[in-house]
Amino acid sequence: MKGTYLGEFEEVVLLAVAIRSGDAYGAAVVNEIEQQMGRSVNLGAVHSALNRLQEKGLVSSEMGGMTAERGGRRKRLYTVTAYGRRVLEEVRQLRNQMWNAIPGFN
Amino acid sequence: MPNKPPRLATRLLHWLCPPHLAEELEGDLDELFQQRICEAGLRQAQWRYLRDVISLVPLALAQRNTDTVFSQNPTNTIMIRNYLKIAFRTITKNKGYSFINIFGLASGMAVAMLIGLWIYDELSFNRQFKHHDRLAMLWQFVKFDAEKSAYDVMPIPLAQELRSKYPDFESVGLSVSRDVIVAAGDRKLLKTGNYVEPSFIDMLSLNVVSGTRFGNTDVNSILLSKSLAQTLFDNADPLNKLIKLDNKQTVKVAGVYEDFPDNSTFNDVQFLVPWKFFAANDEGARRDRDQWDSNSYQIIVQLKPGADFGQVSAKIRDIRMKRDNPPGYKPEFYLHPMRQWHLYSDFKDGVNIGGLITFVWLFGSIGVIVLLLACINFMNLSTARSGKRAKEVGIRKAIGSLRSQLISQFFSESLLMALLAFMVSIVLVQLTLPFFNQVSEKKLVILWTNPAFWLAGLGFSLLTGLIAGSYPALYLSAFQPVKVLKGILRTSRSATIPRRVLVGFQFTVSVTLITGTLIVFRQIEHAKDRPVGYSRNGLMEIGMNAPELYNHYTALRNDLLNTGAVADMSESSNPITFQAGGTTDISWKGKKPDSKPLVMSNYITHDYGKTVGWQIKEGRDFSRDFPTDSASMILNEAAVKLMGFEQRNGGSPIGQTVVQSGRQYTVIGVIHDMIKEDPFRPVSPSFFAINYRNVNTINIRLAPQLSTTDALAKVEQVFKRYSPDSPFDYKFADDQYNRKFGTEQRIGRLAGGFTILAILISCLGLFGMASFMAEQRTKEIGIRKALGASVFNVWQLLSTEYVVLVAIAFCLATPLAYIILSDWLRNYPYRIELSWWIFVLAGLSVLVVTLLTVSYQSLKAALMNPVKSLRSE
Repeated sequence: MKGTYLGEFEEVVLLAVAIRSGDAYGAAVVNEIEQQMGRSVNLGAVHSALNRLQEKGLVSSEMGGMTAERGGRRKRLYTVTAYGRRVLEEVRQLRNQMWNAIPGFN
Repeated sequence: MPNKPPRLATRLLHWLCPPHLAEELEGDLDELFQQRICEAGLRQAQWRYLRDVISLVPLALAQRNTDTVFSQNPTNTIMIRNYLKIAFRTITKNKGYSFINIFGLASGMAVAMLIGLWIYDELSFNRQFKHHDRLAMLWQFVKFDAEKSAYDVMPIPLAQELRSKYPDFESVGLSVSRDVIVAAGDRKLLKTGNYVEPSFIDMLSLNVVSGTRFGNTDVNSILLSKSLAQTLFDNADPLNKLIKLDNKQTVKVAGVYEDFPDNSTFNDVQFLVPWKFFAANDEGARRDRDQWDSNSYQIIVQLKPGADFGQVSAKIRDIRMKRDNPPGYKPEFYLHPMRQWHLYSDFKDGVNIGGLITFVWLFGSIGVIVLLLACINFMNLSTARSGKRAKEVGIRKAIGSLRSQLISQFFSESLLMALLAFMVSIVLVQLTLPFFNQVSEKKLVILWTNPAFWLAGLGFSLLTGLIAGSYPALYLSAFQPVKVLKGILRTSRSATIPRRVLVGFQFTVSVTLITGTLIVFRQIEHAKDRPVGYSRNGLMEIGMNAPELYNHYTALRNDLLNTGAVADMSESSNPITFQAGGTTDISWKGKKPDSKPLVMSNYITHDYGKTVGWQIKEGRDFSRDFPTDSASMILNEAAVKLMGFEQRNGGSPIGQTVVQSGRQYTVIGVIHDMIKEDPFRPVSPSFFAINYRNVNTINIRLAPQLSTTDALAKVEQVFKRYSPDSPFDYKFADDQYNRKFGTEQRIGRLAGGFTILAILISCLGLFGMASFMAEQRTKEIGIRKALGASVFNVWQLLSTEYVVLVAIAFCLATPLAYIILSDWLRNYPYRIELSWWIFVLAGLSVLVVTLLTVSYQSLKAALMNPVKSLRSE
C-alpha cells in the first residue's frame, strides 16, 4: 500500500505545497517548512519528497515561465492534486479520530 | 548579485544532474543562497549551499537515467518549434518562391520516381521464376550471307539429343506458341497458348492452384490460366470440362494455374497443352519429328546447379555440324540465359549487342538529369533567397544564438522543404501513373511496401535538403551581426558564378533534349512517310485458323463480293504487314555459286495484287487468262537488284528463269518494293508466286462506299456462314502497320514528355532567379530610370546575362547532341540526315522560352515607377 502511505516528512512537504498554493517550488517549500517548524531542511530532502509525492500522484508539477529573478531560470511549480487533498483530509481525520479516542483527554 | 555560490559545488551539480533538472535545482539553490546571505551571512550560506548540493546528489543520480517525471527536454523542443514556425512563416510569406521551389523539386522527383519504377520493372523482368538463374533458351546463329543471323527456333530432335547426351542439363523442354481458337460451350476466343513438354512446368515452377498438372502420359489435357478459366467458365469449376481447340480436337481441363506475371516473357501465354498432343495432331510437327533442318520450335533448358552457361554453350555449339549432311547455313547453337532474355535480346553477327537495356540506360540518365535540374533550381533559389535573411541572422546572433544553432536552423528549414517536395512528388506520381502506364504500356504501381523505395526517396530528400541548405547554413551563419545589421552586406561577384554555371548547365541539357526530341519525331515521320508500295486504306486481314475456311476460295470470294461491302479479296501465305519466311533454295542465271542469299517467299492467289493495290513497275500482274501463270513469278525491286538482271544483259528481268525448290518459274513482272517488315530497314528481296494451298491469311479490301461498321457486319455474316464456330477476328493493315512504330513512338512520346518537363522545371527556376535578380536591383533600376534609361535599356540590362548563358549552352549542347543522335540513328538503315537547322531550331526555341520567362520579370522591373522604388529606405 505504498500509494496511500504518507511519511511524516512527506506530509509536511505536502502541507507546505498546499500552503504556498500557486507558488510552490523547491526553495519556497524549504522556506515555508523552515518558517513553520523552525528547523533547517535540506533542499535535496525536499526535492526527493516532492518527487515521491508526484510519483504517488499527490502533487502535479509544471515548468513556470521565465522571470527576471533567479537569473532567468525557470521554476518547477507544484500543486496539490484532488487526490492529494483527499489524502491530507484522511490523515487529519485519522488523527482526530485517534485524539478523540484518548480517554479523558477532552 | 555580488556573491557567487561556491563554484565547486555548482560544478558538481552540473556534472551530476541531467540538464532538464539542473535549471530548476540551480534556481532553487541560488534563491536560497541569496536569501541566506541576508539572513545568516555569507559563510553560513555557502555552507548550507554545499550541504544542499550534497543532499541533492541521490536525487540527481536517480533521475539521471529515468525520464519519467521530467520527461520533456524543454529548451530544445522550444527552439525547434520556433525554427519550424519561422520556416512555415517564410514559406507562406513568399508563396510564389515557395511554390516554385517545392513544386519544381517535386516534379523532378516525380519524374525520377516514375523512371525509377519503370527501370525497376524492367530489371525485375523474369525474376519471379524460382530457377531463373539456371534457365536458358536455345538460340542458333546461322550464316545465310555475309553476316550471322540469330534465331530462337530449333529442330525437334535436338531436344532428345541434349537430354540423352549432355549431363549438364537438369531438364530440357520443347515448346511452341500458337494462336488457337479455344471453345467451351458457346464461348469461343482466340487465345495464345503454348504446347509444352511436362518438364516446362517444373522449370517455370508453375503454380497449379486447382486440379493437377499433366504428366508424361497425358495427351488430351489442358492447363488453363486462372484468367482464361474465369472468362471461359465464369465461377463454375473448370476441372474436367471439355474444350475444343481450333474447332478440331477436344481436350480436358486438367488444372488451373496462376497466370504468368505481367513482367515475364510468358505473360501472353493463356494455356498449356502437352507437347504429345501437338506432335500427334499438327501436320508440321509430325513431319518435323526427326528433321534436323526444320527449325520451328523453341527449346528451354535448365542447367544443373553450378553449370556455366558459357561452357555448356561451347559444348553444344557444333552439334548439328558434327552430324551427317551439315546444312550450308552452318548453325551454331547457343544458350541464352533467362536473365538476359528481356534486356539483352539483340544479336549481331553471333554476338549479343544488348537490346532494351539501351532504354534502361537512356531513361535512367534522363531521370538523373531531370532530377539534377530540379535540384539545381532548388539550390539556386534557396541560396539566392537566403541573402534576404541576413538581418534575421544578425538579430538572432545579437540575442545570443550560437552558430551551431543557426546552422541547424537553416538545415532544418531546407530539409523541411525537401520533405514537403517528396510528399508532393508521391502525390504527383500517384496521379500520373495511370497515364504513364498507358504511354509506356506497363502496369507499374508505387512500391508502398518496399523499404528500399522509401529509403531511396527519403535518403534523396535528405541529401537534396542538406546540399541546398549548406550554403545558407554555413555562409550566412558566419556573418558578423554588427555588419549585417548596419546593412554592409558584401555581395561578391564570385558568389554568383556557381549559380551561373548551374543555369548554364540547365540550358545545355534543355537544348540537347529539345534536339533529341525533334530528331526522334522527325525520324518517325520520315519512316512513316516512306512509300509503302501498297494501299492500306480499308485493307484488312483475317487469319485462317478454322479448317472450314480452306478449299472454298471461289465460293467465299463470290459471296464476299456479292455483299457489296468488299471491293476485292484474296488469300496469301502471310499478312501484308508481316513476312513469314524465306528460302535460300533459289537460283537464277548468273548467281554466284558460293553465295546463299535469303529471298523472302510469298504465296498468293490471283487477286492478291488488286486487293493490296501493289504497283507494277514492269511487266504484268498474275492473270487467270494465262494458264502458265502457275509457273510464273513476280519479283520486287530489291530481288531484281539482288539477281542483277538489269546490269548483266542490259535487258529487263521479264522472261528470266528462276529456279526455286527445284521448280522453274518465269518472271512476268516487277513490283515496287512493299514494306512488309521493319519500316526502318531496306526491303528484303522477295518473290511472289501463285499457290492456292499454301495460304493462311485472307486479305479483304472494303468497298469505300459503305461505312466500316456496316461493311464489317456484312463480311462477318459471310464468315459465320462458312465457319460458324470461329470468332470473327480481323485486323486492319493500317493498325498493324502503325504498330511497327510502337517502340519508336513510345520513346518519342516519353522523350517528348520528359523534355517538356525538364524545360518546365528549368523555366520555373529561371523565372524565380530572374524575379529575384530584378528585385535585388530595384534601386539600381530606379536610379537608372531616373537618370534617363529607357524601358528597353533596362530590359536589355536584365536579359543580356541569360542570352549569353544560352549562347554558351548552345555551343556545348550542339556537339553533344550531334554525337549522341548520330549514334542512335546509326541503328536505322533508313534514316534522316542530321541537318543543321534542327540544332538552330532547338537553340532558338530555348532562347525564345528564356527571353519570355525573363522578360516578364525584367519588363515588370523596367516599367516600375522609379519614385516607388527609390522612396523607401
